[in-house]
Amino acid sequence: MANVSDRPDAGIPPAEVPDLPLPHPHTWWGRYVFSQDAKYIAIQYSGTAIAIGLVGLVLSWLMRLQLGFPGIFDFITPEAYYQFITMHGMIMVIYLLTAIFLGGFGNYLIPLMVGARDMVFPFVNMLSYWIYLLAVLVLVASFFVPGGPTGAGWTLYPPQAILSGTPGGQGAGIILMLVSLILFIIGFTMGGLNYVVTVLQARTRGMTLMRMPLTVWGIFTATVMALLAFPALFVACVMMLFDRLLGTSFFMPALVELGETLSYGGGSPIVFQHLFWFFGHPEVYIVALPAFGIVSDLISVHARKNIFGYRMMVWAIVIIGALSFIVWAHHMYVSGMHPYFGFFFATTTLIIAVPTAIKVYNWVLTLWKGDIHLTLPMLFAIAFIVTFANGGLTGLFLGNVVVDVPLSDTMFVVAHFHMVMGVAPILVIFGAIYHWYPKMTGRMLNEAMGQIHFWVTFIGAYAIFFPMHYVGLVGVPRRYPEIDASFITTPVAGLNAFISVAALVVGAAQVLFLFNLLWSLRAGRAAGPNPWRACSLEWQTPDTPPVHGNWGKDLPVVYRWAYDYSVPGAPEDFIAQNDPGPRIEKDVPL
Amino acid sequence: MADARVRHGPQGGRPEGLEGFVSDWGSDQRTFKKVSWGKAMMWIFLLSDTFVFSIFLVSYMSARSSTVDAWPNASEVFALHIGGADLPLILIAIMTFVLISSSGTMAMAVNCAYRKQRRNTALLMIATAALGATFVGMQAFEWSKLISEGVRPWGNPWGAAQFGASFFMITGFHGTHVSIGVIFLLIVAARVWKGDFDSGRRSWLCREKGDYEAVEIMGLYWHFVDLVWVFIFAFFYLW
Repeated sequence: MANVSDRPDAGIPPAEVPDLPLPHPHTWWGRYVFSQDAKYIAIQYSGTAIAIGLVGLVLSWLMRLQLGFPGIFDFITPEAYYQFITMHGMIMVIYLLTAIFLGGFGNYLIPLMVGARDMVFPFVNMLSYWIYLLAVLVLVASFFVPGGPTGAGWTLYPPQAILSGTPGGQGAGIILMLVSLILFIIGFTMGGLNYVVTVLQARTRGMTLMRMPLTVWGIFTATVMALLAFPALFVACVMMLFDRLLGTSFFMPALVELGETLSYGGGSPIVFQHLFWFFGHPEVYIVALPAFGIVSDLISVHARKNIFGYRMMVWAIVIIGALSFIVWAHHMYVSGMHPYFGFFFATTTLIIAVPTAIKVYNWVLTLWKGDIHLTLPMLFAIAFIVTFANGGLTGLFLGNVVVDVPLSDTMFVVAHFHMVMGVAPILVIFGAIYHWYPKMTGRMLNEAMGQIHFWVTFIGAYAIFFPMHYVGLVGVPRRYPEIDASFITTPVAGLNAFISVAALVVGAAQVLFLFNLLWSLRAGRAAGPNPWRACSLEWQTPDTPPVHGNWGKDLPVVYRWAYDYSVPGAPEDFIAQNDPGPRIEKDVPL
Repeated sequence: MADARVRHGPQGGRPEGLEGFVSDWGSDQRTFKKVSWGKAMMWIFLLSDTFVFSIFLVSYMSARSSTVDAWPNASEVFALHIGGADLPLILIAIMTFVLISSSGTMAMAVNCAYRKQRRNTALLMIATAALGATFVGMQAFEWSKLISEGVRPWGNPWGAAQFGASFFMITGFHGTHVSIGVIFLLIVAARVWKGDFDSGRRSWLCREKGDYEAVEIMGLYWHFVDLVWVFIFAFFYLW
């Protein structure tokens, strides 16, 4: 008990930075449109991301209609199909998942969870959203140009991405795609710098790094990774834009197209693949790490138990982030690279399974003997663990060169990455929205609609992607616009139809979710400041929803970590982080 | 709780060794003590930008080492014909000299800013901006000379087409950085000149209060752009 004194804030250092005045807006436009409040920016980010995500959802419906019932929908030509897969992939990975996790949850939760009044540079933060919106608009514009959007596949591999045989390749489609990505990266960098500096330099008194909720750790690490990984995509986009517009040959070898020799020559398409995946693999974890962090908090709160192995959870996040920069070429086993490269990248890939497995064990051990409340956030969190474990297992297949080569470019790969980075993070996003909606609006989401949404989404996602593994194992390739019965066996054709119906149903359930979001805004049950009785700071704000500046007159002081649930001897089953409370030391110094 | 006592050392003070290092880093409020938000943000941005330039240079190296055509000889391509003799790299040498000098005036501006010498700071920043603009001007001259000799992004008279492509892309990207730097140098210099950092007046657009540290943060960016040029010089002109 050496460190415990009778004064509650003994041992908490004095404030190092004086409280800074925030620029309070005086006009309607300044308050709601060009808002510099991170919470509004978060809602703007999330709203835009969900809107463009709906476009991605409709595109997936169209693809599944074509695959499940080939030859029936005349308007889905092969060109249109390629455009659908390309835009679906890009929208979902970049413009929905990255934007909503970092721009949405990052903006909303970081200042609240670390006890700051706002992001450190609210103006730059606002610019970040508006450039993101511009990127989205440029992307949407590509649907309306002659030739339509690019159909190069979401990886945009050259040389086909900018040749006339690919939809949008010689039109404006690919140009708008590349410009949109460049804008997205510029906008993201502005926001990302804010998130990192806020976590590093703007925490409140007592909020040490090792007392931060894992949500903040996940978003923080993902943002750092994004700041180092997006440059590769940025450079690749600039170079391909030059190849397309100026006739340079960075990625373009000598080519004959329709009997005509093109003016390109001497470039290497493989360099693009390296650049793309140097971004693309960390991108997987940029999406996954915030999900890891959020799900840790959801499980701990709704199982009324401290997170198991907090310190290991933090280190696992950091180690996964670091390792993910040296595994990128496992996406390129069939690109003809040297076998020793494959050996190296397979090894590093499998090593990532170690910290990831630590996290999964710790989630399960947190649930172990917990007081599990099967609330909607908890249901989604448990669904995430199961789905992520499933997707991770097929990752072990694909991480090994010899197993990957025959499975390459089959539906098995599609099923794998949809499980692990499509369904799993989306489940966390839903869980997080059910969890934090009461703080954002002051009202609970409707439980009945939520239950229907959860069960249809969870079971439906498995109905889609479990059979898809089998479809891939029997050899059905991905990216084929028409797979009719003469090409595959009847059972596989039946499975394809089944998957398509399931996809339509799951998509429809999301409309119910969106309705719930709007309906509960008015009609939801009043939530009160802390409906889940959670410890972390965002639930301790004086106002719900929090006002600009978050904390009223004084910033909170933090005395403990974010996981003091069911502490023996405590009067309640949780002790808030800013509660000096009983003298129970639960600090984690390392 | 016995555990906590062990970690905190005999006097209940700070832990020692590696644990002390980590606990210092993880201490509350600020990881980097006495580093302002703006400065931290610039450092992290520069780290990200380092990746951008590194990837540009690595892509250039991979193109250069994998091309089957001959790579144009830099000391001939970048020579100027002055007074009847071909002087290899003479323009680049002058450009490099100018840019390095501008780092010198920038450092002096930062020094003056710490002493709150309003006039000197502003004048030295304007001098830095002028040197930067001179650099960009000479780069424009170099570009137009090469273009008049037939160098294009898609080809050139002497060999590998990637020469022109890489040259225009990398020097262009660096030149853009210098140009943006010149613009912001002038903006900050104007604010210094008007005395905004003495009176605490807010900027018209983002309503930031700002102080003389803005000069130093501007200097970080400027020295970074300068440093990047050294690498471009080494890898493009000397290799």
